[in-house]
Amino acid sequence: MSDVKLTMKDFKSDQEVRWCPGCGDYAILAAVQSFMPELGLEREKIVFISGIGCAARFPYYMQTYGMHSIHGRAPAIATGLAVTRPDLSVWVVTGDGDALSIGGNHLIHALRRNVNLKILLFNNRIYGLTKGQYSPTSGQGKVTGSTPAGSIDYPFNPLALALGAGATFVARALDVDKAGLTGVLRRAAAHRGAAFVEIFQNCNIYNDGEFAAIREDRDARTYLAHGEEFAGTGIVHDETDLSTAFELAQLSFEHGGAIPLGVFRDVDRPSYDDLLQAQLDAAPGEGDLQALVASGDTWTIS
Amino acid sequence: MSKPVEQLDSVVIRFAGDSGDGMQLTGGRFTSETALSGNDLATFPDFPAEIRAPAGSLPGVSGFQVHFADHDILTPGDLPDVLVAMNPAALKANLRDLRPGATLIVDTDAFTDRNLQKAGYAGSPLDDGSLDGYQVHAVPLTSMTVGALKDVSGVTPREAERAKNMFALGLMSWLYGRPVESTLEFLQTKFAKRPEIAEANVKAFNTGYAFGETSESFAVQYEVRPAKLAPGRYRQITGNAALSYGLIAASRLSGLPLFLGAYPITPASSILEELAKHKSFGVRTFQAEDEIAAAGAALGASFGGALGVTTSAGPGVVLKSETVGLAVALELPLVIVDVQRAGPSTGMPTKPEQGDLLMVLHGRNSESPVPVLAAGTPGDCFYAAIEAARVALTYRTPVYLLSDAYLANGAEPWRIPDISSLAPIDVRFAEPDGDEFLPYRRDPETLARPWAIPGTPGLEHRIGGLEKANETGNVSYDPENHDLMTQLRAQKVAGVKVDDQPVDHQEGADVLVLSWGGTFGPVHAGVRRIRRRGGKVAHAHLRWLNPFPANLGDVLRSYDRVLVPEMNLGQLLQLVRARFLIDAVGYNRVTGRPFKAAEIAAAIEDLL
Repeated sequence: MSDVKLTMKDFKSDQEVRWCPGCGDYAILAAVQSFMPELGLEREKIVFISGIGCAARFPYYMQTYGMHSIHGRAPAIATGLAVTRPDLSVWVVTGDGDALSIGGNHLIHALRRNVNLKILLFNNRIYGLTKGQYSPTSGQGKVTGSTPAGSIDYPFNPLALALGAGATFVARALDVDKAGLTGVLRRAAAHRGAAFVEIFQNCNIYNDGEFAAIREDRDARTYLAHGEEFAGTGIVHDETDLSTAFELAQLSFEHGGAIPLGVFRDVDRPSYDDLLQAQLDAAPGEGDLQALVASGDTWTIS
Repeated sequence: MSKPVEQLDSVVIRFAGDSGDGMQLTGGRFTSETALSGNDLATFPDFPAEIRAPAGSLPGVSGFQVHFADHDILTPGDLPDVLVAMNPAALKANLRDLRPGATLIVDTDAFTDRNLQKAGYAGSPLDDGSLDGYQVHAVPLTSMTVGALKDVSGVTPREAERAKNMFALGLMSWLYGRPVESTLEFLQTKFAKRPEIAEANVKAFNTGYAFGETSESFAVQYEVRPAKLAPGRYRQITGNAALSYGLIAASRLSGLPLFLGAYPITPASSILEELAKHKSFGVRTFQAEDEIAAAGAALGASFGGALGVTTSAGPGVVLKSETVGLAVALELPLVIVDVQRAGPSTGMPTKPEQGDLLMVLHGRNSESPVPVLAAGTPGDCFYAAIEAARVALTYRTPVYLLSDAYLANGAEPWRIPDISSLAPIDVRFAEPDGDEFLPYRRDPETLARPWAIPGTPGLEHRIGGLEKANETGNVSYDPENHDLMTQLRAQKVAGVKVDDQPVDHQEGADVLVLSWGGTFGPVHAGVRRIRRRGGKVAHAHLRWLNPFPANLGDVLRSYDRVLVPEMNLGQLLQLVRARFLIDAVGYNRVTGRPFKAAEIAAAIEDLL
């Protein structure tokens, strides 16, 4: 363990937090800031990169390096940073529109490559910053500004998508569940490779109560435990078994019953960054540029 | 048994055949032999986007043109003197381009009824007198190749037939007295894993060479003496190879690791492939999921202190524009290479054009100024890449570097640069100095902001696409601040230091030709033609399109007439007319082929 001793306060930037009062993002920010000292890293070694949306304002509030980039592109930008700077801890903060709609392609490719990124997807099942249109995780029938007759889009299941994309770490947490969220962050941080964390987040302005069943009732929060049966479903959890993770990912509010929180999948696979670094390390010597430009057939004119 | 040798000062040869006939390889080898002969040369590979169009069809014809001379030349040649046609389609597709009385070498074995029909010939042009105006050498290339290889064991008849391009190369190598050793070595290396194929190709090559020596069809051999180029050590190089080397050089000169984000696209892919080979230079290449991610990853690498580069062609560059806009706002270095091809949309992927100039200048939302420069020749891509990186790193800005499909694939002799003579690129990352860190406090001279990379203690800061308050970089919606920041970004780019515009002036000239990018060769060749005829004309070729050289207005105003030839509908023309209020005129042709010197000369003639 490193001897860097920091506290939550060290990770608060001087910027005024500007989410709507009551937004679930406040709880997530507090949990992340409070978890950061556990990384044992100096602040300058940590980078938060986001796209566009309410969640994407997150980096402004972290006293680390940060970039608020463009809609959906954070995983791509973070990939370039992570593979050139293996000394950094790189975190991506995104939302359901950012990660699953405009940025869906970047998300699945970052996950399949297993780039060493920690991806936190704040899922509130609504477009907040653009004032309440349905998102790719909104349920069918959802009435919003852009779906006055109810949404006819079938929603993505973010966990199943991540699992299908070949993610090596997949977990879920709830915004106001500080202990559960912190536990997942701890596991994600310890994972070498891409870690995907869906965080149920309440938008109290445009989609209030979406997760009320577990947000309001602490006793209804049900956690996954490796090797144990999940909530009387007969499914014995195995973090290394893909089929089990898929099966657990299908348990939803819509079907009633317990909603799993915690780590769905955690397996080891070499990360893209490490594989690239290994190829660089294996390259013979330091290149001779003069020899390179003079390579091939040459002739001299005197 | 030597034949008489006739001296020529220059020759243009076009090799043409099916996409699968190996014409690019044949032309490339002939070019290498020619380079080793010390001639000046220029090449123009011209191939379809389809990998293998139906055999024998007109769309499947692939060509490689090489111009070589005993003097300094600038273009692959307007009108080929010699056409090597491997089938009827190759003859039909290329005949109209030849100079009157040109030499034809055709593979008679390929002139079957079926192939003639596929090429749209009613009867064989070899028999109907339609080629009477040409010197026709009808050679049964395929059957002679197959016959020569019948004793090479382990080679199938199909493989033997495929060696016919080496027969043709051997014949041409004899005809023009080319040194053959490099090709023989090349074949041994290329087919090292299949020695029987190597043997077959070598034998086909030697048979073709011997056929030239002995056949009565060829009465004379030609010689093109070495050109008097500037002293030095030379190699041949294509634009994409030179550009790749230039990026590696920029990495060395700046001391920053090179990161390339790219997505495969014609005609830029070979930059990705070239750079992927050079991990011993610390080069990281990332083949992204799309053009957007390629640019994004490069910008992410720049944020971390690497030299971030993304390469593409127009249809990919258009997807990168939001990332370039972000780089404008973040004020981070980024080099974006646009190897232009004919458009719009998918257009003609393998053909050159200059249609992207206004896109890279203006194709972003709002006021998003970006420096733009263009390479002029294949070898110049090396220096243009270094200059692009220098400006990007010095001014913390995205920079567009324009090349095109002609420069990308065309080859020319290249005087090998002395790396130690290249000026270092001075990059200084921000360091804590005890004062409050202000991420948008600018260098008073360059207006560049500090580049504080993650990992630097005490300089933790957040940047983003939202408008920033001057100096602090905090999010700001203040009206006056936005006006100020817009002005500062514009001033920074306008203030990029670029060399004054050199002019190839001629005493008494009152017409100036102003060109840019990959047209340098044919435009300057056109200028020379006018001068040889006694006409007076000046020529200026722009490297920087944004900002323009400070003296450009004075240069333009010192001539009565200004001609701007472009392979677009007048994009630079529009810029100089708007900027300098001069009545410049354009010469605009958008054919997907490089300009010919003759058409440029004719356009100049009209103004004299």
